[in-house]
Amino acid sequence: MRKIAYREALREALREEMRRDPTVFLLGEDIGRYWEGAFKVTRGLAEEFGDERVRDTPISESAIIGAAVGAAITGMRPVAEIMFGDLTALAMDQIANQAAKTHYMFGGQVKVPLVIRTPFGAGVNIAAHHSQSLEAWFLHVPGLYVAVPSTPYDAKGLLKTAIRGSNPVLFCEHKLLYPIEGEVPEEEYTVPFGLADVKREGSEVTIVATLYMVHKALKAAEELETEDISVEVIDPRTLAPLDKQAIIDSVKKTGKLMIVSEDCKTAGVSAEIAAMVAEEAIDYLDAPVKRVAEPNTPIPFSPPLEQYVIPSEKSIIRAVKEIA
Amino acid sequence: MFQIRCFEEKVFELYARNLVPGTIHLYAGEEAVAVGVCSNLRKDDYITSTHRGHGHCIAKGAQLKRIMAEILGKKTGYCKGKGGSMHIADFNVGMLGATAVVGAGLPIAMGAGLSVKLRGLDNVVACFFGDGASNQGTFHEAINMAAVWKLPVIFVCENNVYAMGTRQSTVMLKENIADRAVAYGIPGVAVDGNDVLAVYEVAQKAVGRARTGEGPTLVECKTYRHKGHSRIDPAKYRPKEEVAEWLRKDPIKRFKETLLQTKILLEAETQKIEKEVLTEIEEAVEFAMESPYPSPEEALEDVYA
Repeated sequence: MRKIAYREALREALREEMRRDPTVFLLGEDIGRYWEGAFKVTRGLAEEFGDERVRDTPISESAIIGAAVGAAITGMRPVAEIMFGDLTALAMDQIANQAAKTHYMFGGQVKVPLVIRTPFGAGVNIAAHHSQSLEAWFLHVPGLYVAVPSTPYDAKGLLKTAIRGSNPVLFCEHKLLYPIEGEVPEEEYTVPFGLADVKREGSEVTIVATLYMVHKALKAAEELETEDISVEVIDPRTLAPLDKQAIIDSVKKTGKLMIVSEDCKTAGVSAEIAAMVAEEAIDYLDAPVKRVAEPNTPIPFSPPLEQYVIPSEKSIIRAVKEIA
Repeated sequence: MFQIRCFEEKVFELYARNLVPGTIHLYAGEEAVAVGVCSNLRKDDYITSTHRGHGHCIAKGAQLKRIMAEILGKKTGYCKGKGGSMHIADFNVGMLGATAVVGAGLPIAMGAGLSVKLRGLDNVVACFFGDGASNQGTFHEAINMAAVWKLPVIFVCENNVYAMGTRQSTVMLKENIADRAVAYGIPGVAVDGNDVLAVYEVAQKAVGRARTGEGPTLVECKTYRHKGHSRIDPAKYRPKEEVAEWLRKDPIKRFKETLLQTKILLEAETQKIEKEVLTEIEEAVEFAMESPYPSPEEALEDVYA
């Protein structure tokens, strides 16, 4: 099968959905023909679809999402790009209070089919305002879906599902994933929400990981295999909805759960998954749940500082050995 | 206007009888704004509204009985009891919903305008907001975007002098919010918001511009709420003379006088209209009172579409 990069897979999803459905349009800062997106996801799309449908905006995050809400409730399917995940803070009212609540608050009268694409993640030395992983903020907002694709295949299939859906989706990408290549079929496919993927089968420890942490967990699992420790890696692919059953099924098999997440540990993604397993499958656990996540600090700039706070293969391996 | 006034008086009465859960923000006194603007709109045009939104809904053609049912938290309300007084919407008449976050409606209205433009239609969006909202960042972001993209939106600022208890002059130096339009390169017009004909004329021009692709207009309607900000507010921060002066400028009284003086309406005809309106409101109350509450587990429905 052909291999393409994560950013190309996203671009293909956008291109195919824009060709298929004239109500799909893109808006965001510097996504048009001059800059083509800070991470080049929208390269070439303005040439094909024009400046109206690949719309450069002023630096006004709140109005970008508000525009998407207004367009979505009047018949369009906007895909908004927020250049860095950290900047969703500027649009938080429109995301959490408006987009997410409109369907419910108005008694189901209207659907809000909009997608907010944004990159999270640290590791490129751009410090505290451009490096956070804030997925957990959005898990606390009923009415939003949260997608977290880790591979080009999942990125394309989940983005198509997000665009075709009827609900607002926070579509989380990761800066370090954009150049990563993977197999993506030429033919049409989608990936459903709420369906986890077993990225690697194993029998002794379950690791649940998302986004770039999936790749670190897979490398750690390879390393651990040389020491005869068998690790299963589960990628939920969407955190809302969460495929609880896939995680519980894996825990039933291994009896041990570890969650690797690139956000702050406190009240983070790992806390939610650990609590869910404690509530619904504690009898299957043979060891305490392990969480490998970031300490409660802002992301620092200097490379040694930054690398210290990001979960590493080594920290994953160490944590697995504590429970294996 | 009379219909809105009587509706609001009825809501206040029901509130006093402890039949309205939560809070209420009454539109009484500001009727000329919603009516003057919405009289220029087609059914398929859009509006966005605020926490003080009953008047906007009525002026846009929403049904009194379903508004009243929503205010009482009933299943037959527009939002099945999930929204209440501050969150009424009727997408069948282009009422895109009331947001209770001050200033949040401006970007949404702008987005509806963008949608109209992208779909190649000629609908217009009227965005109602208050003087308080004009100090939010969303005011700047949304109007600038609408201006630069020439979107078919009219931004209608209902300047009722007070943002809750904060007097406009204590939070902005300029008297006219409409003057801010200069910064966006669009027309800004301040108008007597208690003169329905004046509002109508200004809105007519703004709607005309929007419909013919000339872009947005900022319309500031100077008005005043008769009651306090919300149910608990006795509005003691307002000087008595000021309140008395604005009550003299009551938009309904003024318009009725004009109609009678010009003999467009005769006294007997106004009485007939007033009677019809009161009957309609009583019917709405009856409908709302007799409607069932939603069953509790309906709280879990409609989170996702």
